[in-house]
Amino acid sequence: MTTTTATTTTSTAVDMSVDLAGRRLPSPMMTASGCAANGRELGRFFDVAELGAFVTKSVMADPRSGRGTPRMAETPSGMLNSIGLQGPGITSFVENDLAWLKKSGARTLVSIAGNTSGEFADVAATLRASDAFDAVVGVEVNISCPNVANRGLVFACDPLASAKVIALVREQLPRDVPIFAKLTPDVTDIVSVAQSCVKAGADGLTMINTLLGMVIDTDLLRPQVAGVTGGLSGPAVRPVAVRAVWQTRAAMLEGRLPFVPIIGVGGVRTGRDALELVAAGASAVQVGTATFNDPSAPVRVGRELAGLLQDKGFERLTDVVGIAHERVAR
Amino acid sequence: MSEATTPRTRPGSGVVQVTGELIATRRAGAYQHLTFVAPGLAELARPGQFVALAVGGPTSANLLRRCFSIHKVSPSGTYGGTVDVVVAAHGPGTQWISQLRAHDEVDIVGPLGKAFPLPKEPVPCVLVGGGYGSAPLFWLAEALRARGCHVEVVLGAATESKLFGVVEARRYADGVTVTTDDGSMGTKGWVSDVLPEVIRRTGAAVVYGCGPMGMLKSITDVATAEGAVAQVAVEESMACGVGVCMTCVMPVVDKHGVTKMVRSCVEGPVFRGDRVRWDAFSDGLCRVPDDAVGAPRTGGH
Repeated sequence: MTTTTATTTTSTAVDMSVDLAGRRLPSPMMTASGCAANGRELGRFFDVAELGAFVTKSVMADPRSGRGTPRMAETPSGMLNSIGLQGPGITSFVENDLAWLKKSGARTLVSIAGNTSGEFADVAATLRASDAFDAVVGVEVNISCPNVANRGLVFACDPLASAKVIALVREQLPRDVPIFAKLTPDVTDIVSVAQSCVKAGADGLTMINTLLGMVIDTDLLRPQVAGVTGGLSGPAVRPVAVRAVWQTRAAMLEGRLPFVPIIGVGGVRTGRDALELVAAGASAVQVGTATFNDPSAPVRVGRELAGLLQDKGFERLTDVVGIAHERVAR
Repeated sequence: MSEATTPRTRPGSGVVQVTGELIATRRAGAYQHLTFVAPGLAELARPGQFVALAVGGPTSANLLRRCFSIHKVSPSGTYGGTVDVVVAAHGPGTQWISQLRAHDEVDIVGPLGKAFPLPKEPVPCVLVGGGYGSAPLFWLAEALRARGCHVEVVLGAATESKLFGVVEARRYADGVTVTTDDGSMGTKGWVSDVLPEVIRRTGAAVVYGCGPMGMLKSITDVATAEGAVAQVAVEESMACGVGVCMTCVMPVVDKHGVTKMVRSCVEGPVFRGDRVRWDAFSDGLCRVPDDAVGAPRTGGH
C-alpha cells in the first residue's frame, strides 16, 4: 500500500503524439466536457498539462443555474444526468477558468453551447477576444446536449441546424483554431450530420454525447431525476460510441466524407477501452464518467493505452487509428 | 498493486487517493462502523469533512462513489493512519461496503469538502445528530472541548436501533439528550422538540447539525429563533465528491445576498444554516429558486 504523491511520467517507446486538425498534441488523452469541471478540481489529482488537451464544461453566454435536484441516477455500468448546462457564463469563464488553465500550461479545448446559433457565435467571439485565448487549442461545439427543456435545441439531430451553428462559429474564430462538432448518437444517420458539419467548416468531430434516457424510481414511482429525462453515459454506452466512430470513419474511407480527425468519447474506463475507439477510427480519446469513479482516470487511461500499444509492438499511436477497418473479416 | 489502482494525488493538494485496507468492521445498531488504513489521509482531515469510497473494484458496474462523513481519524494508529466511517446499507453500493471483510481493499479519496468552522472563543455549543448523521460530531466535540467550549450533544432517530453513538456521546460531551420518534429511548419526539431548552440552558452560541435535510432545516429554525448560529453538514447525493459532476448542487445565499446553485461537495458539506434556501426543498426534490443566478426563464432549461 503506497501513497504516490509525485507525478511520474511512464517512459514509453510509443509516440503518442497526435495532429489534431493542425494542432500537435503530445498525448491523445483528454477529459470529456461536463465530466471535469474547468480544471482546478482535477488539478488536485494530476497535472492538467499532462493531458493532450483539457476539455472544459460547456459554457454559454450567460451564467446558468442548471436544473433542480436530483440530477443524477446510477444505472448499470453508467449513470443518467440532468445537469442542464450549469455554468458561469463566458465572461466569467475566460477571466477565471481559462486564465487558470493557461497559467497551468493546459492545452485547452473549450466546449461552447448556446440556445440559438447566434448565441454560439457570440460565445465564440468573446472567447477569441479573451487574454487567455492562446491556451485554446480548439473549440468543441456542443450541439448535442440532451438536457435542454426544448429538445428542438439539440441541433445535432438536424443536419441543417448543425451546419448553421458550425458556420457561424467558424466565422468567429481564426482559421488555425480548429473547431470540433460534438455529435449525438440519437439520430437515424450520424454520418449525414457529420457530413453537414464538416461541409459547414468543422475541422473535426467529437463523438458521442450522452444518449437520452430515463430512470424511474420504483419506490416513489416517479422519474428519478428532476429533469425527467437525462443523458446516459459510462461504460454502458461504449459500444454505441465505437459504432458511431466506426460508421463515420467508414464513410471517410469510402470517400463520402473528407478525412477529419475524430475525437472518441463514450464509456472509456481503461486503456483497452480507449484502444477500441482508436482502432475504430478515433485520433484522440476523452475520458468522461470514469473520472467520477477515479479522478485520475484521464491520465491513467493514457498510460494504459501507451502500454498496450507498446506490448503489441506499435511505434506510433497514429498507426493504429482506424486499424480495425483493415481487419474486417471479408 | 496493479497500475490501474496505483493511487495518485499531487503534493500540497490537501487530498489523497489511496487504496485503503479495512482493518475493522462491526455492527452499530442499524449501521456498520468501518475502520480503514488510509495513509496520508488522517493527517489532512478535520471534523465535518468526508471521504468518497469506490464500490466493487475496478470493473464494478457501480461507477459512482459513495460519500461518507468522517467519523474519526487516528494519524498514528498501530497500522498507520486510519479513517472511520459509519455506513447505512440502503442500496447496492452501501450494501457492498457494509459487507466488506477485514483486509479487503477499497479505493478512498479524501478528505473532501469544508470542515465545521470552530469558534475563536470558548463559547457553549450544541451538537445535533440525526441517525448516523451524528458520526462526525464526536470528533468535533473533542476539538471544541480542546478549545474550552462547553459541549452538549442531542441525538435523534426514528427508533433506538437507528441512533448512533449514544455511549460515545457521553464520553465526548458535557451533556447528552436523546430523542426517538417512537419513544424507545430518551424523550419521545424530534430533536427540535428538546433543542430550544438545551440552547437556552447552555446559552449556546453555535448549533452544529448533521442529518436529513428536514432536520437540518428545523435545527436552523430553532437556532435562529434562539439567537444561535447553525452550522449544518448536508447529505446531498454526489456522483464524484470532488467537484466535477455538478450533481450535488443546492441553493445557498452568498455574503452579498445572492442565491447560487453551489456544489455541496466543494463549497460544503458544511453551510451556515441561515444561508441555505430551505424553501426550495420539498418532497425529496430541490427546485431552483426563481431569484437564483441563471435561473431558468420561461420554458425552463
